Amino acid sequence: MREARPASFYALALFFGLFVLFLYGPMITILVLSFQGPQGGLTFPLNGLSLHWFGSLWNGIGVIDIGAALRRSLWLGVVVMLLTVVISVMAGLAFRRRFRGAALLFYVAIASLIMPSIVVSLGIALEFRILDDSIKALGDAWEIEAVQRGYTTAMGLFTSGLGAHLSWTLPFGLLIMFAVFNRFDRRYEEAARDLGATPWQSFRHVVLPIVAPSLIGIALFGFTLSWDEVARSSQALGSRNTLPLELRGLTTTVTTPVIYALGTVTTGISMTVIGICLALAMMVQRRRRRQGTDAGRGML
Amino acid sequence: MLRDAALSAEAIPGETARDRPRAGAMASRRAGALAPYWQAAPMALVFLLFFVLPLLVTLIVSFWNYTEYSIEPAFTLDNYREVFDGCLADLPGLCTTFKTYLSTLKFCLIVWASTLLIGFTVAYFLAFHVRTMTMQIVLFLLCTIPFWTSNVIRMISWIPLLGRNGLINQALVGTGLAGSPQEWLLYSDFSVVLAFVHLYTLFMVVPIFNSMMRIDRALVEAAYDSGASGWQTLWNVVIPLSKPGIAIGSIFVITIVMGDFVTIGVMGGQQIASIGKIINVQVNYLQFPIAAANAVVLLVLVLLIIWALTRMIDIRKEL
Repeated sequence: MREARPASFYALALFFGLFVLFLYGPMITILVLSFQGPQGGLTFPLNGLSLHWFGSLWNGIGVIDIGAALRRSLWLGVVVMLLTVVISVMAGLAFRRRFRGAALLFYVAIASLIMPSIVVSLGIALEFRILDDSIKALGDAWEIEAVQRGYTTAMGLFTSGLGAHLSWTLPFGLLIMFAVFNRFDRRYEEAARDLGATPWQSFRHVVLPIVAPSLIGIALFGFTLSWDEVARSSQALGSRNTLPLELRGLTTTVTTPVIYALGTVTTGISMTVIGICLALAMMVQRRRRRQGTDAGRGML
Repeated sequence: MLRDAALSAEAIPGETARDRPRAGAMASRRAGALAPYWQAAPMALVFLLFFVLPLLVTLIVSFWNYTEYSIEPAFTLDNYREVFDGCLADLPGLCTTFKTYLSTLKFCLIVWASTLLIGFTVAYFLAFHVRTMTMQIVLFLLCTIPFWTSNVIRMISWIPLLGRNGLINQALVGTGLAGSPQEWLLYSDFSVVLAFVHLYTLFMVVPIFNSMMRIDRALVEAAYDSGASGWQTLWNVVIPLSKPGIAIGSIFVITIVMGDFVTIGVMGGQQIASIGKIINVQVNYLQFPIAAANAVVLLVLVLLIIWALTRMIDIRKEL
């Protein structure tokens, strides 16, 4: 039996609907406008329908090699995703017991989450600059020829850039692990141990399968946050930019729908990843419901 | 989710020597006691190398000298003097730094109030008016998906709507509400605030929703049974119990806006100043020490705001 909805429900539902429209509406407009004909501009009306702007995106915008930036971003995103999952799970396991410095590590993670990104980015840039200066000075002092001639900088996509991204994704991963292990029933593990499982076996065959759907969530955060990251990478990437940074530069110079085409492509990739993750999570849930235990259903 | 974490953190500081295994305990148990250390080590290392050290380096370099080509170790307050150049002399007028902070604080306040109102309403709808959990998850995901897409794209997606020939101006001129296209819609304070609200309301929705889901529904019914009106229940039961979520969301939004330079840059048409942008520009000119001094000042201000916010909640709890 259901109560009738109060009048406030309809007002709030309308508000929620408008909020969703506010969230998605603008994105849909650039999605539509990216399929403009060759004569099309940055605004409506739609001048014909074509893939023209995707074609010119493919050929590159000015001097910027979009394809290379896209590949760099994809690779970085995948590496950040994997590392975020592994490091977060390990830390999540650690936090289930007491250890010295646990509170400190937790507060550092939270601080990293809310620290203005420009400050972190600048700090990483400075750190690597000082590292470079030191290495060069050492190279001169000890007369190491390789350093004197060839060394330029340690900064790069997979050093400073990777670190900058991890400092942003790991707090999310850790918080998700906290949420997971707070709801985790330890009796499963104890049962495994009582049956003679080693710590690794009980992790591999008991804990990991139970927390698997949440790991998909961490992977989703890891990839998408890295894929879209601008502020933290801004000073910390060295000479080669990721796609979002190129995109930010383009906002001031490009005045054709090619930038919308780029938007459609990046959003498409984000959406694909989100879709895969959600589908995987649903699959795991369904499998569980189907093949789950029959305990308590009166088989005996 | 955040509250779970906060609760766990409260449990952590209690660790003491008594938790360590007694002498003569089994070797396997000793290995077990070591496990948390190597498990937490990778995360600790990443934060040390890419968060703690960078902040320390920033603090140190803010006292260094610089030339056109290099930064040099020193201990000078010149960088800070330059940050606040003319600020005392100009009083009661405002120097550039004060003006920029004031402008950023203004954005903070407007964005905070807007995201709080919208975020609270959305969270309230999701938590108290959506009846099935499946529907809750679906609607919640609907709000979250844009967060996983590119911020810059979400900013430029306002151009076809707000631009000089955008949809809104077309509608305004078409219906005769405005004689000519409105220029203040895009690349203005308005579009900056709009983009902030668009991008970051989720940071309010999630923690507030999380707090609301933990409210015992019996309390709401008790209020109703005792004759409280809807508004009274909202004001005296729901809002006080949602406070942790409101505080966490506020910290997120305020710190993001304080340090922002991307949104203000793109949506302000690179015409509006912000502290983040000043730092960005100084880095581009390789004026690292003065950028570091600016970063330290920004950091201190942000920490003060967070401190004030957390204190506000604690005091209320004690009363």
